[in-house]
Amino acid sequence: MKNLKNILYIFCLLMIPFMAKAQFDGEFIKPRNGKFLLQNATIQTVTNGIIENGSVLIVNGKIEAVGKNLLAGDAEVIDCTGQFIYPGLMDGGSRLGLVEVNSLPETQDFAEIGQVTPNMQALVAVNPNSIAIPVTRVSGVTTTLAVPSGGLFPGTAALINLNGYTPDQMYAGFKGVVLNFPSSARRSTWDRRSDEDIKKESEKAQKTLNEIWERAITYHQLKEANAELQFYPEMEQLAKVIAGELPLLVEVNAASDIVAAIDWIQSKNVKAILTGVAEGWRVADKIAEAKLPVVAGPMLSIPTRQSDRYDAAYTNPGKMAKAGVKVVIRSNDAENTRNLPFNAGFAAAYGMGKEEALKSVTINAAEVFGVADRLGSIETGKDATLFVSTGDPFETKTQISHVFIDGYRVPMSNRHIKLYQEFLERSPGLEKNGN
Amino acid sequence: MKKLKYILISFLMLAVLFAKAQTPKGSVLIKNATVLTITNGTLEETDVLVENGVIKSIGKNLTAANVQTIDAKGKYLMPGIIDAHSHVALDAVNEATAPITSEVRMADVVDPYDIGLYRALAGGVTISHAMHGSANAIGGQNITLKHRYGSGNPEDLFMKEAPRTIKFALGENPTRVHGRGNGNQPRSRMGVEAVIRNGFNEAIQYKKTWDTYNAALKQKGATPVPPKYDTRLQTLVDILDGKVIIHCHSYRADEIYALINTCRDFGITNIVFSHVNEGFKVAPELAAYTMGASVFADWWAYKFEVYYSTAYNAAILTENGVITSINSDSGELIRHLYHEAGKAQRYGQLDDEQTLALITINPAKQLGIADKVGSIEEGKQADLVIFEGHPLSVYAIPQMTFVDGVKYFDINEDDNDKRLRVSATDIIEPIFLKEHDHKCMHGVDFFFTNFGRNLFEHGH
Repeated sequence: MKNLKNILYIFCLLMIPFMAKAQFDGEFIKPRNGKFLLQNATIQTVTNGIIENGSVLIVNGKIEAVGKNLLAGDAEVIDCTGQFIYPGLMDGGSRLGLVEVNSLPETQDFAEIGQVTPNMQALVAVNPNSIAIPVTRVSGVTTTLAVPSGGLFPGTAALINLNGYTPDQMYAGFKGVVLNFPSSARRSTWDRRSDEDIKKESEKAQKTLNEIWERAITYHQLKEANAELQFYPEMEQLAKVIAGELPLLVEVNAASDIVAAIDWIQSKNVKAILTGVAEGWRVADKIAEAKLPVVAGPMLSIPTRQSDRYDAAYTNPGKMAKAGVKVVIRSNDAENTRNLPFNAGFAAAYGMGKEEALKSVTINAAEVFGVADRLGSIETGKDATLFVSTGDPFETKTQISHVFIDGYRVPMSNRHIKLYQEFLERSPGLEKNGN
Repeated sequence: MKKLKYILISFLMLAVLFAKAQTPKGSVLIKNATVLTITNGTLEETDVLVENGVIKSIGKNLTAANVQTIDAKGKYLMPGIIDAHSHVALDAVNEATAPITSEVRMADVVDPYDIGLYRALAGGVTISHAMHGSANAIGGQNITLKHRYGSGNPEDLFMKEAPRTIKFALGENPTRVHGRGNGNQPRSRMGVEAVIRNGFNEAIQYKKTWDTYNAALKQKGATPVPPKYDTRLQTLVDILDGKVIIHCHSYRADEIYALINTCRDFGITNIVFSHVNEGFKVAPELAAYTMGASVFADWWAYKFEVYYSTAYNAAILTENGVITSINSDSGELIRHLYHEAGKAQRYGQLDDEQTLALITINPAKQLGIADKVGSIEEGKQADLVIFEGHPLSVYAIPQMTFVDGVKYFDINEDDNDKRLRVSATDIIEPIFLKEHDHKCMHGVDFFFTNFGRNLFEHGH
């Protein structure tokens, strides 16, 4: 008996450090999965119209059921009366996760040295703990294409979901090799190269591109013939494009370059997606005819030419969509990837229409990236990657109430919100203890 | 004597005529609009009559003879949007040669041909504060512009009634240019504070030498030697005398607080903090001692000193009683300031009136022109915008923009090419993939060629 008492005594002593640990203030909220029933919402399914007073049942990361009068069973019920459910918004191109503080080279992981580095994997450099990720996902943007930049073939982009603690947990099932197509445009209004220099550089890049491509074709043919090849990781990656395993993401913007890129793509017979396409509206019919999908944006950009109408960038996606091009929208941002819905809103207002703009950041993106079996709409069997909002998510004043990614209910918090909570009514305020 | 009087009167009349002839003033009657007055609530189905560039009356069933009438039924009418921090229409931005360059004037480098002016008008912006850059602790004197696009004379853009303003800058930019770039003070936030304090103290000494000289002049028979005139120091004296409003580029709470203390020590109250990403951390101090804060809606993480920012900044500042505005600092963003303001509703749920004030009456207060513009009131200058859709909606589209009652933008009359002149050197029109949107460090890139170009992709 006395022995037992001693054991208890020792046990209690041992517990002290644990009890001390429990004295932190506040509770940390983690993403959590489980069974959830989102009840009584207006559901924007995107692919099957709008369901009024509907519910979505989430089980094990998937949408188990969509419809009216779903039974909760043992699911946690979230009342969404007066609110809306949308599929997670997908950004067709972003640096989110690849950079933390833009001006600090120590935090820039989106560009490598060299012109031909298609084997550089953006997914490897995605920082799952970037402060910008929770800042982004509370806006309803759940999925982004992490795109490397730099040389002619800067690397391989990867689609990620904005929840998870390793890149593999975030990976959303699509990769594409980036090609910065030789450009006749100026990078920005600060690009002070002469017209001649721009032309020369573009021609040189075109020559390099063709040489590299010939080499990749040879590499692929030798590989197919089971030849023993020296380790050549760049060619290994490009051979996957030639074999049709990976598409090319062809970044191209000026109208004449777009036409040249279309010719090049068709002559090489590769699977390709055009990205950027700032002047796509000038050659929209040609893009449509080539049946190439585009990732356009950002809409919140200046016109590419001083003589263009002031709204050229706003109207670009609408004009391309009208011509029959499948359009995906991108923010092309990093920390402000949260502005994707506003880019879509501007596209909607300036000719694209709300329905098409919504598609461009949901189902179109899912289809273009080959993940429409899992993302892009509210359908039974798809991943539970969706959000609840007080209204139209493109509308600036709308509040996002809940976000689910792969069935995980992610906390509606981030550093921006925490700073708001701390400083809205600072304590001490202007005076401390009356001084 | 009578003759002299006539001559004087005719001179006076000539002067009046000359002043009138300087910039166009228009008359227009806008009918049946939802009028967002800013200072007096929202008036449904209301008419606004503009006469000779000034808002004559606001009411129902107004009539006017020989005046163009615009039916704005179902549309919104708001005051022209004001941008308190811009570099649009400037040929040069930074005189990055010394930590104090208060002698420099942006009025000398205004480019009336900048297409950015028209693009701003197409976004409803009628006034912008064309500022010196952020390379120096005390930069150049700014100029407030009215967007009278179409004139080739820079002076036609000047808002001559606006008080003088000057650019200050704290933190990374001045320490990078002068400390790290040139090996001169300031290299740290200590140095920036000291440079500004030393500048003011030197200005006080300078003023004393002139006071002594002027007093000596009054002595009978005295022949004192005048001190050397110094525009740099005289401008600082003018700040101390309350004749110039400081607009200070700033980010971190500590540097903001330090400059508030410096200003309090020198009796300066005319100070507005610009960008001021961490302003929310010192909101009570900003409310108590300054003319407010002019912020970005959501920009952050483009450099280290804005890493600990929040998009709720405008809301926190507003709720703490700070006069708050949203600025662009960008030829891109200036085109949709109404949308940027709207973000204060996403992040902090300000009401419509508080939110619209961020781009109208509040920046007007910060520029010292709130008695003339920034709201729809009788007697104010007729800078107006008609919107299809509520201006805070993402779907809003500006339809017409008026400055002094003259229409400078009309969506239905917009030609593709609105350039005023085409440069002879642009045989092939250049294609720009993006505006270099953050212009504060424009003109100082030569200091940093070895830093890599990424530094300037985001370098306010």
